[in-house]
Amino acid sequence: MLNYRFDWAVVTSGKYFDWILSGFYVTLKLSAVSIALSFLLGLVIAMMRMSHARPFRWFAHGYLEFFRNTPLLVQIFFWYFGSYKILPAAVNDWLVRQDFEFAAAVIALTIYTSAFIAEDIRSGVRSIPKEQMEAARSSGFSYVRSMQYIILPQAVRLTIPPLINQFLNLMKNSSLAMTIGVAELMYQARQVESYTFKGFEAFSAATFIYLALSFLITGLMTLYDQKVLQPIKGH
Amino acid sequence: MGGLDFSVVRDNLPYFFLGRYPRGPLGGVALTLYLAAVSLILSFLGGLILGLLSVSRSRLIKWGSTTVIQTIRGMPLLMVIFWMFFLLPAMLGGGMTADWTIITALTLFTSAYMSEIVRAGILGIPKGQMEAAVSTGLSHKQAMLHIILPQALRNMIPSFVNQFVSMIKDTSLAFIVGVSELTHVATQMNNRTMLYPTEIFLFIAVVYFIMCFAFTELSRWLERRLAWRKSI
Repeated sequence: MLNYRFDWAVVTSGKYFDWILSGFYVTLKLSAVSIALSFLLGLVIAMMRMSHARPFRWFAHGYLEFFRNTPLLVQIFFWYFGSYKILPAAVNDWLVRQDFEFAAAVIALTIYTSAFIAEDIRSGVRSIPKEQMEAARSSGFSYVRSMQYIILPQAVRLTIPPLINQFLNLMKNSSLAMTIGVAELMYQARQVESYTFKGFEAFSAATFIYLALSFLITGLMTLYDQKVLQPIKGH
Repeated sequence: MGGLDFSVVRDNLPYFFLGRYPRGPLGGVALTLYLAAVSLILSFLGGLILGLLSVSRSRLIKWGSTTVIQTIRGMPLLMVIFWMFFLLPAMLGGGMTADWTIITALTLFTSAYMSEIVRAGILGIPKGQMEAAVSTGLSHKQAMLHIILPQALRNMIPSFVNQFVSMIKDTSLAFIVGVSELTHVATQMNNRTMLYPTEIFLFIAVVYFIMCFAFTELSRWLERRLAWRKSI
């Protein structure tokens, strides 16, 4: 460590800076696509979990338990290496023509995160007292309208902080995509390290970007809590 | 699903569970559990220390520890692992095995999350308890050690078990640095046989699931049981 000569120029300009930047871009893209998809899938699973139809409920329950209790890395490997045997031929053909590494990472991140999101949505809805629904119904709202105007607006407000937290986790988890060769931030940082032997600088740059993203998201969450949630709770 | 052939799993079952043991080092499921257990015990200690520091009355200590906690929490675990593999040899002059480097990384990472559990547990104990303890003549430190912490720790037990589940899942990242736990064994097997990726990864997913689900259920059971005890 003593004879190490720092050379920050490696990661602040030139070719390697471009690599880091392109990794940052891929991390953002991977995270954004997976966040959108995992939110939609999580919503569907949560609805199934709360449904009155037993097969839906059982399926959702099994889905939640299985994907939450399996490492994300194993799920990534499963979709990347092993999915071809269980998917229909047409889907395989289509997938191979896409950027398959990226697609496999999106599928794994989406499914893994959707299981956590579904639970957060469910506990948000369950935290609204039953009496609210009863009061809404007795004042003449239909079930759907009560959900729409009374229950969901409150539930959504309560669910936003845990959801943002899941998005933050997804962003950090997207680093695992490097294991199947998606050239995201972590992959590029390692790439820079192996080309320049400037590991300290390369990892510092990646760490800085991850921390900046994390603090940005955490900051937004705190702001939301102070500006939106606290006034309601205090009331 | 009809075309799956699990004989590759059946023929190599001891390898999946024990690695090359007893003719070589321990690996597979056994190493996964070993890494998770050792890291959990160490990060319990680390989390306790960081958590206590973060509720310290000294502003400097509080801010310092909170900065450390938030920085670690803001990073992906993979980043922490790479840092450890990069920094530890430079600082210690080598000599640390890959197993212990990964244990250090897991401990550092999980301690930050544990400290939040500890902090929430301590803050969850009503203020009156501390006031009552101090007014009976205990010092702040004694009150924390003998009155607050024991109650807080009991409430934290389910969260600790949950953290163990995360830890088991997180040990899979040790694969990246060549530690031969379950995921690494599976990728090796996959590279060697080439033909059965679906079967191999499905199998280890189920093995992980059984381990994690058992502890998830344990945590739920503890939560119900401790809640009941509290009401008496």
